[in-house]
Amino acid sequence: MKRNVIYIVFLLVVNYVFAQDCTKTLSGRVIDFHDGVPLEGATITFNNTTVKTDSNGMYKINKLCATSYAFTVSHEDCNSQVVTVDINEVLDKDFYLEHHLNELLEVNVSGNNKTKTSSSQEETIDKGIIEKYSSAALGDALREIIGVSSLNTGSTIVKPIIQGLSGSRVLIMNNGVRMQDMEWGDEHAPNVDINTAGSVTVVKGAAALRYGGDAIGGVIVMEPNKVAAKDTLFGKTVVTGASNGRGSSIATEVIKGYESGWFWKVQGTLKRFGDVEAPDYILSNTGIFERGGSLSLGNNKFTQGWDAYYSYYRNEIGVLAASHIGNVDDLIQSINSGQPSVIENFTYTIDNPKQDVTHHLGRLRYFKRFEKLGKWTTQYDFQHNQRFEFDIRQTQELRKIPSLDLELTTHTLTSDFVLDSKFDYNLNFGAVLRYQDNFADPSTRARRLIPDYDKFDTGLFVSGTYDINDNVTIDAGVRYDYNQIDAKKFYIKTRWEERGYDQDFNDLIIEDAGTQWLTNPKFDYHSISATTGFNYIFGNNYELRGNYALAQRAPNPSELFSDGLHHSASRIELGDLRIDQETSHKISFSFQKNDENLSWEIAPYANFITDYILLEPTNVELSIRGAFPVWEYRQTNARLLGIDAKLTKKWLPNWKTNHGFSLVKGKETDNDTPLINIPATNLGNSIIFQKEDWNGLVVSLESEYTFRQNEFPDNIIVFSPQAQEDVLLDINTPPEAYHLLHLNADVSVPFFRQSKLNIGVTINNITNNKYRNYLNRQRYFADEVGRNFLLRLTFNY
Amino acid sequence: MNTRKLLSMVAIASVLLYSCSDDDDNPAQINEEELTTTMTITLTAGNDIVTLRSRDLDGPDGPNAPVLTVSGPLTANTTYAGSIGLLNETETPAEDVREEDIEVEADEHQFFFEVGSGLNVTTEYADTEADYPPLMGTNPVGLEFTLTTTDASTGSFSVTLRHQLKKPNDGTLADAGGSTDIAESFDIDIE
Repeated sequence: MKRNVIYIVFLLVVNYVFAQDCTKTLSGRVIDFHDGVPLEGATITFNNTTVKTDSNGMYKINKLCATSYAFTVSHEDCNSQVVTVDINEVLDKDFYLEHHLNELLEVNVSGNNKTKTSSSQEETIDKGIIEKYSSAALGDALREIIGVSSLNTGSTIVKPIIQGLSGSRVLIMNNGVRMQDMEWGDEHAPNVDINTAGSVTVVKGAAALRYGGDAIGGVIVMEPNKVAAKDTLFGKTVVTGASNGRGSSIATEVIKGYESGWFWKVQGTLKRFGDVEAPDYILSNTGIFERGGSLSLGNNKFTQGWDAYYSYYRNEIGVLAASHIGNVDDLIQSINSGQPSVIENFTYTIDNPKQDVTHHLGRLRYFKRFEKLGKWTTQYDFQHNQRFEFDIRQTQELRKIPSLDLELTTHTLTSDFVLDSKFDYNLNFGAVLRYQDNFADPSTRARRLIPDYDKFDTGLFVSGTYDINDNVTIDAGVRYDYNQIDAKKFYIKTRWEERGYDQDFNDLIIEDAGTQWLTNPKFDYHSISATTGFNYIFGNNYELRGNYALAQRAPNPSELFSDGLHHSASRIELGDLRIDQETSHKISFSFQKNDENLSWEIAPYANFITDYILLEPTNVELSIRGAFPVWEYRQTNARLLGIDAKLTKKWLPNWKTNHGFSLVKGKETDNDTPLINIPATNLGNSIIFQKEDWNGLVVSLESEYTFRQNEFPDNIIVFSPQAQEDVLLDINTPPEAYHLLHLNADVSVPFFRQSKLNIGVTINNITNNKYRNYLNRQRYFADEVGRNFLLRLTFNY
Repeated sequence: MNTRKLLSMVAIASVLLYSCSDDDDNPAQINEEELTTTMTITLTAGNDIVTLRSRDLDGPDGPNAPVLTVSGPLTANTTYAGSIGLLNETETPAEDVREEDIEVEADEHQFFFEVGSGLNVTTEYADTEADYPPLMGTNPVGLEFTLTTTDASTGSFSVTLRHQLKKPNDGTLADAGGSTDIAESFDIDIE
């Protein structure tokens, strides 16, 4: 306001002096403060006159009078500046603008700047899609990206799969923090609330080395909306109601920014759903109750800034009652009956079996920018993950205590430097130090599935990009990681021998505890990852990307240490202390055209993984409780070949269609047998009608066809105590193909002053199709959810 | 600003030091609470005593299969009184699972007896929940039962213990639902 007054005053002065001798010329350049690059297309405004800088950032203003002028200097993505110049004294003036404001600004940077790598396949989902999935899980929203699928446990536990790989091979960066939330378990969904993100980018592969060297599958980068360094206050509330599950969710956020660089942001989410329903029956005990909140505060100046962030996430998730089985005969019976063994009336109550997970995340970050050099960022983050799993245990007293109680605490210190002052190249190098402690509470009175351990990680990386010319960019990077895991674990003596550990690992035994050995496995892993690639832009909006990435991943605690009956899965899971790192070589290309009327992308890839770690059913073990399927981890050489393709075509002014296709083949290279849990080929087609004049109406009808997975490992022959003979356990056979139709409509209406209300209606599975999904661990027990009507109200204020 | 930076550094350092300081203790050993290692079924008809035993000392977590022993053949055309004993022998002295867990919650447990084709045996429940006070229910439990043989034959005799099942039920596993604690099958001769 004050500035405006001064401006007006100067305008008056200018008018007053107009009659004077006005022959002077002011010239100079508009330059990026940060890297000294001249800015093309910057505007200099004074007295209703505007001049623009040329490609060298040069400007020239003629016919100026010998007096003081107030010039407003602007450039897109920059904060405007008002500079007064006394033409009597100065005839040559360079203006400096703070161009690199992407730290501070709401994401409005053009497409290319937003990508996380310059040569890898990647895709970003934005606000619209995040709001559409406000009441769902991160993994549901990410399936909008071609090549991303999910490994589900029921409909609420959704683990993203990127080009066939999931779990520890997929890193999740939540607001700059690498999530440490026990991602090793198939039924452990990411402990993140999608509503905290402003955008989510998926890098399909290990090319984004700064996040980690072990992202053989890829990296999911969740980023909040940036707050502009100006006086602003805005907020958003998304309310969603769903017919299936008869519940709703509400997510709200308020953001305040100040000209001085200060900002704060408060966000909260609440989701409550009861049992969801398949077309023919209620899926009993599938409710969820999710709560989350986050708070951030900071001060971002151009040259330096800091911020503090804290988030809380808690989710109680019911696990389908029918999926709690006793032994292999119960499993055979479930597979054969085709109907869940427990169907009860609808309820919101979440009973055993259930999960109750809590994640606390705290972060402190500081950055400083050095003129004509780059930016240094240092961050400390703290994470505390608590996981309870409750089962249908033998007595009432036991059912009140969890059968799994793990507490994972992680401290991470990260520091990195980006040298981005040079026009044609930038360099990023940094280091990570991490300490992690896992505590398995003995009060469960059930043997620990994952032992107590301490883990130390160190990482060093350097990566850079170089612009050969306007059209070609190349990038390269290398990273070294050191991991040490120091565990204390009890092994049943018979298991110790059955695994052959008495031959190889007797030196790990530190105590004889009757029927068990207490052991102290301590392993070190040195991993190297590297990447190189190019990006070539040519012709009429064509872009070709190519990337090679080498990644090594150290085994996770589950792969090493699992041993015993996993109650929630009713299977015996056996890790192996001998498991070593897996190494991936991935080559990927992306050929795309981005045009208003036609855009498409073809993205083939080949991922060769030596010592690929997999978990598969092998046998059954007999016990007094019956026979249990045994799932064992083992290593093999594997090859994943795939292609992701998409096409968007605008046929008429208001009509367009989207098409997406994704195919991946996973094989063991040594014997050419298929890998387990490889996503089936899928094809998505949608037709979209869009008319801005009708309150921004967008209606889309989407068809989703998932082929049957015809490549799967052999089923196993097991002894059935009930039948008293060997029977075929149909545990790997995938279900049939399925076709689903979804409808989505959105309009936006003005609502109270400048606010806007967006109304969205979605119908999922319109035809109420009955189907089962190969990548749902509960496919043996029940159908997928049926038709679902969703109403979504988004208030922007 | 400087104070704030200093404070945060102190906080970080203390958290790091605190968390590194206590990792030398060995974790406590857990003895599986729900473990039944041994089921002994004693069938008595006067002086004719036959025992059926399943013993799984390393439990479901361990790789070894249970060891089944049948002390001898059953006599044809005889009614035996059956009684089921349950122990956890990984503890010393062995924990009496029957007394401590099953009798106390007899209303949440039930045994089921299934006779394989060819074996001439019928069973009947010989107890109800009310036999295990303070419970008062009239549903069968199966810790005590009768087993009646007819002609000489051989076949399998299966015993299943379920908890949190539907009670009352029609006597079949399918109707009862619930979770399995014990599922064992013995080969029996009737002479």
